[in-house]
Amino acid sequence: MPALPVPERTPVWEVFRKEKRGAAFEHAGSVVAPDADFAEAWAREQYGRRGESVALWLVPRDAIRDVEDWADEFDLKYRRVDGYSIKARLKEARERAGTAGPR
Amino acid sequence: MRKLTIVRKAVLVAAVGIPHDEQAFLEYVQAGGQVETADWMPEDYRRKLIKFIEMHGNSELMGVLPEREWILRAPTLQRKLALTAKVQDEVGHAQLIYRVVEDLGKPREQCLADLVDGKAKFHNVFHYPTKTWGDVGVIAWLVDAAAIISQKALLKCSYAPYARIMKKICWEESFHILHGRDVILAMVTGTPQQFELVQEALDRWWGPLMQFHGNPISKDEDPMYLWRIKSQGNEEARQQFLEGYVPQIRELGLTVPDPKLRKRDDGVWEYTEPDWDELKHVVTGHGPKTEERLAFRRRFLEQERWVRDAVLAA
Repeated sequence: MPALPVPERTPVWEVFRKEKRGAAFEHAGSVVAPDADFAEAWAREQYGRRGESVALWLVPRDAIRDVEDWADEFDLKYRRVDGYSIKARLKEARERAGTAGPR
Repeated sequence: MRKLTIVRKAVLVAAVGIPHDEQAFLEYVQAGGQVETADWMPEDYRRKLIKFIEMHGNSELMGVLPEREWILRAPTLQRKLALTAKVQDEVGHAQLIYRVVEDLGKPREQCLADLVDGKAKFHNVFHYPTKTWGDVGVIAWLVDAAAIISQKALLKCSYAPYARIMKKICWEESFHILHGRDVILAMVTGTPQQFELVQEALDRWWGPLMQFHGNPISKDEDPMYLWRIKSQGNEEARQQFLEGYVPQIRELGLTVPDPKLRKRDDGVWEYTEPDWDELKHVVTGHGPKTEERLAFRRRFLEQERWVRDAVLAA
């Protein structure tokens, strides 16, 4: 699994921002900084100077576990709304109940 | 009761599933597929991507210099604040952009070294002088407008991290054009001398503006389009600029300094062929202000090296 590049010298910090109260944190980008205090300073500039974020999370890139592979043996149709086709059976049920007619 | 419809989108092969093959990659991006930093990409794609994005970063960094000269000479406090905010934005964008280049494999220090050594390019418009406040208005309005057209086309870039920062950049730059247009409007509704200042600036900037989007290479021969790094051809961008802004220029009573400029019945704008030799000459480091501005950057990089060293040693 290829990992995101990590510079030899200065760590990369991923920045997550919250747009407004009640919203989830979303990935916004990254900054390069030797420690958390500098990361905060740069992130405040890039993602907060315009009053566009109510909160930020800073996470060292190498603290992030990247997950991209999934098991999908049975196509998981039964978990999705479009995995069910009830039209034909519903028609038959209505006909039997005598409730079929123009909708 | 509203019927629930789930639309099954055409399933694009996940980037992780693309075979490590240039042709498959080409088909993937041309079908609208995007790739992330850790995905496999052809060497040619990576190289061209780095060069393109790096030039963008350089342009943001160098582009502040013509405007910076006017911060201390702005006519009002409000203009000074707006210009300062604009310059702040551009430098911030340069940093965002260099961050993307770093993740592609070229360190920021190398980008800056190549820039000041004249080995890397930046957009033609930033090699020219700003002679008057009229220039400041023309740049913030029309140069930014030309740039926004290109930037909007990059929102669909096949390299997703770049497309994402373009979204942030486009949103943040939205006030820049309004500021520029406001500066122009203040002058064209001011004294006759102020109107002349704008017209004179327009006369000087029209040539570089027409060159800005690059020579009219056909989309199908432009590797940047084939790789879907750019999603529009150069001529398409230029036509969009003319269509949007020539009417806006003319409605102020200003004259576009090209007697051949006209819109055909089929909607295509005709114009005097820009001087492509001039464009090449300028972007290869021979613009009127190139040397001076690169020297400025070189000087400050050296001067501030102690700050970078101190921070990185933290």
